[in-house]
Amino acid sequence: MGAMAHVLAVNPVPARSQMGSSLGFHIILACFGIAFAAICMIAEWIGIKRGDAAALLLARRWSKVMAVLVAVGAVSGTVLSYEMGLLWPGLMGRFGAAIGFPFSMEGIFFFLEAIFVGVYLYGWQRLPPWVHWWSGMPIVVAGILGALSVVAANSWMNSPAGYTLSHGKLTSVDPWSVFFNPSTPYETAHMVLAAYMVTGFVIAGVYAVGLLRGRRDRYHRLGFAIPFTVAGILAPLQVLMGDIIARFIASNQPVKFAAMEYVSKTTRDAPEWIGGILINGHVYFGAAIPAFDSILVGFSPHTRVVGWDSVPAAYRPPLPTLIHLSFDLMVGIGFFLFALAAWQGWWWWFHRRLLLTPWFLVPSAVSGVAAVAAMEAGWVVTEVGRQPWIVYHVLLVSNAVTSASGVPVTLAVILVLYAILTVVSIGVPMNMSRRWRLETPAEEEAEQVPYGPPPPGAWASSAGLSAPPAVPRASSGGPEAQ
Amino acid sequence: MSPSPEAIAVAAILVVVIAAYALFGGADFGGGIWDLLAGGAGRGAAPRELIDESITPVWEGNHVWLVFILVLTWTAFPAAFAAIFTALFVPLSLSVLGIVLRGSGFAFRHTAQRLQMRQLTGAVFAAASLITPFFMGTVVGAIVTGRVPVRPAGNILSAWTSPTAILTGFLFVAACAYISAVYLVLEARQRGHQDLTRYFSRRATAAGVLTGGLAGGTFAELSTSAPYVFHRLTGIALPLVAISIAAGIAVLGMLWLRWYHAVLLRAMAAIAVATVVFGWGLAQYPYLVPTSLPLAAGSAPTAALVAEFVVAGLAVLLVAPAFAFLYILQQRRMLTAAESDADLRLATQLEQAPPSQPAAVPPPAGTAKTTALVLAIVAIKVIRDALSRSHRR
Repeated sequence: MGAMAHVLAVNPVPARSQMGSSLGFHIILACFGIAFAAICMIAEWIGIKRGDAAALLLARRWSKVMAVLVAVGAVSGTVLSYEMGLLWPGLMGRFGAAIGFPFSMEGIFFFLEAIFVGVYLYGWQRLPPWVHWWSGMPIVVAGILGALSVVAANSWMNSPAGYTLSHGKLTSVDPWSVFFNPSTPYETAHMVLAAYMVTGFVIAGVYAVGLLRGRRDRYHRLGFAIPFTVAGILAPLQVLMGDIIARFIASNQPVKFAAMEYVSKTTRDAPEWIGGILINGHVYFGAAIPAFDSILVGFSPHTRVVGWDSVPAAYRPPLPTLIHLSFDLMVGIGFFLFALAAWQGWWWWFHRRLLLTPWFLVPSAVSGVAAVAAMEAGWVVTEVGRQPWIVYHVLLVSNAVTSASGVPVTLAVILVLYAILTVVSIGVPMNMSRRWRLETPAEEEAEQVPYGPPPPGAWASSAGLSAPPAVPRASSGGPEAQ
Repeated sequence: MSPSPEAIAVAAILVVVIAAYALFGGADFGGGIWDLLAGGAGRGAAPRELIDESITPVWEGNHVWLVFILVLTWTAFPAAFAAIFTALFVPLSLSVLGIVLRGSGFAFRHTAQRLQMRQLTGAVFAAASLITPFFMGTVVGAIVTGRVPVRPAGNILSAWTSPTAILTGFLFVAACAYISAVYLVLEARQRGHQDLTRYFSRRATAAGVLTGGLAGGTFAELSTSAPYVFHRLTGIALPLVAISIAAGIAVLGMLWLRWYHAVLLRAMAAIAVATVVFGWGLAQYPYLVPTSLPLAAGSAPTAALVAEFVVAGLAVLLVAPAFAFLYILQQRRMLTAAESDADLRLATQLEQAPPSQPAAVPPPAGTAKTTALVLAIVAIKVIRDALSRSHRR
């Protein structure tokens, strides 16, 4: 089968692009699925504990936004499941038995998450406050364990373990070792921290804009402070984690590391390049700090850093410039977010109140976008850096890609569809917030969200008690639009 | 080489999960089909509202079955998964396109404010409900007829465009519409909508007859296009086929007599569909793809199969109580969509006027319980303090 794939010489670039764009889209929604519930629950906790109405209002509204984002994430996650087969049958046919176990676990956690999102969203009114608060806890736990499961599958592709091959055929699997392969703890910790940072900074960014526009009431101050605190506390941890992971990659995937740091030849006193474009083996427009890369890898300028000359050209990752600049972008944003958090922390420590000057709020307003960019850049580093392997040192991408024609078409469809979905996923919460500002409280009752039980009318036994009439029903007149 | 017991067990789980998806996911697709066929804005308003109310609480959970089907197949039967997803690239891509459109249409139609946007998302939702089951049907048709080679060199158009595959596609659409209409009869009745009960009863009967006809047509077609499966269907799987036919006729009879027994009608309709899925599974045995890829050759190593078994057990252990919790909360009407933020908004505004009274805000819900809770906490604190003081002395 492998030989056949070679003969056909399928171009994997459209499939790679499709997988990359699907994953890049889904991962943002996944972040909210992992972390949004925890941030809601903190607001709710403050609300119940201190009788703080603003905090409770925030928690309720956030849960509605969460429901929309989790629903879209469920759809884009299904697309990824399909794409494992549609794009990479060579991977699934050979290693599906190994990589399948973590995905199966993820299925369970997603199921739990979907159930409890429904309870959390619709339990506001009638569940006792603390019962309602606890109903959010399974979402938080399932979110983290779900992240662990999916990231474990990706980690396995970076450091495959727990299987035996004979004559190219998988003969035995140790699901436990597959799940907890060497990369799993590093990648999972990095991703869960990233999810909390992305969610925290994005929400904080929204309220920073509100504060900049002069809405400086308690509602907006809390809306900024809660997510910013969560993300801000984790920012230094993430910088530390990133440093540890970089050293792990230097030893575990040295060629990827070489591309990240522009190490062309195995050497001591390796310089640390900041920025720069690689053309014909020369770095242009970059600044090099002598021997600093060696110091970062082994705490001594004499540390030997493996270069990409250690493997034949065919086994080096393509586009080292993209990998290096993505890495720099991620690290740079990581330090920017760290600095932002430290600034607010410093101010809070000495003044015991929030720093809300425009000088602070303007960078805070873009912190969400920056966090998303950093996370995407991180995935570019890990995924492009693994190329040309789909399973590191075991299976080449070109041997895993589908032989079916038509991937360029599905790529185009996915790009158009996800562009629309992106606009709508941003537009719907914005629309919600505009309505929340404008409309009277009574109208908010009629709010519809895609989860949970039917409106109260559905439970009533008589037709007279049916759903609130304030808003025209979605279903009225579907076919007319055709 | 006969398949290992582990492989047979996981294959059985897969068939059960497929049946669950057919029953739950199929009903959701069917709801979308009836939404599509409900007519103009005025005439179709009532049935659409009922469909919407019935699907809203369940669509997400029903969707997860599909993810389990994919994951189970690629983990337990990777060779079959790779072959099917290569050869049937086109219908599978189209079915996932339908899923994306449907899911996002559903997610957004509830939040879309303007009528045109609502109509657009509603139309997308309804049309996608037609596309997805049809192409899933063609995929099953292609597998049953054995037109998926073990090592396909690319996508194979003829595999899923055979008369059997196309018929199976239509059969899937009709079956979705049928199962959904039966459920909707009961949903309408439960809510006391007499006219809607009759409305969906007529449609359930029509869809039932159509499904039966299409099933008969597909069955006849299988005799030439899939002799192995046909042979088994008329042999060992015949009892299942008979049960399906009997249950189907029972449903039609109950509808005719207007005997809308909530449990019995639902069960009969479910049996009629589920036994077809079981019959298909039994008829294909011991092949993953009839006569070219046997179960024994296409199964994963034993440890992976056992792991899937454990996952299935864990799913039952973790998901079932969670579902029970959700169900109990629903039954006790603890979950409600129409929540008012008026109290909180008012409290927020009050709070801003006199900033010295942060604690005066009334608790949002269950005031009596909260007061009791607060009193209990205060009491415990007082007792604790008293105790620790006495200790110190």
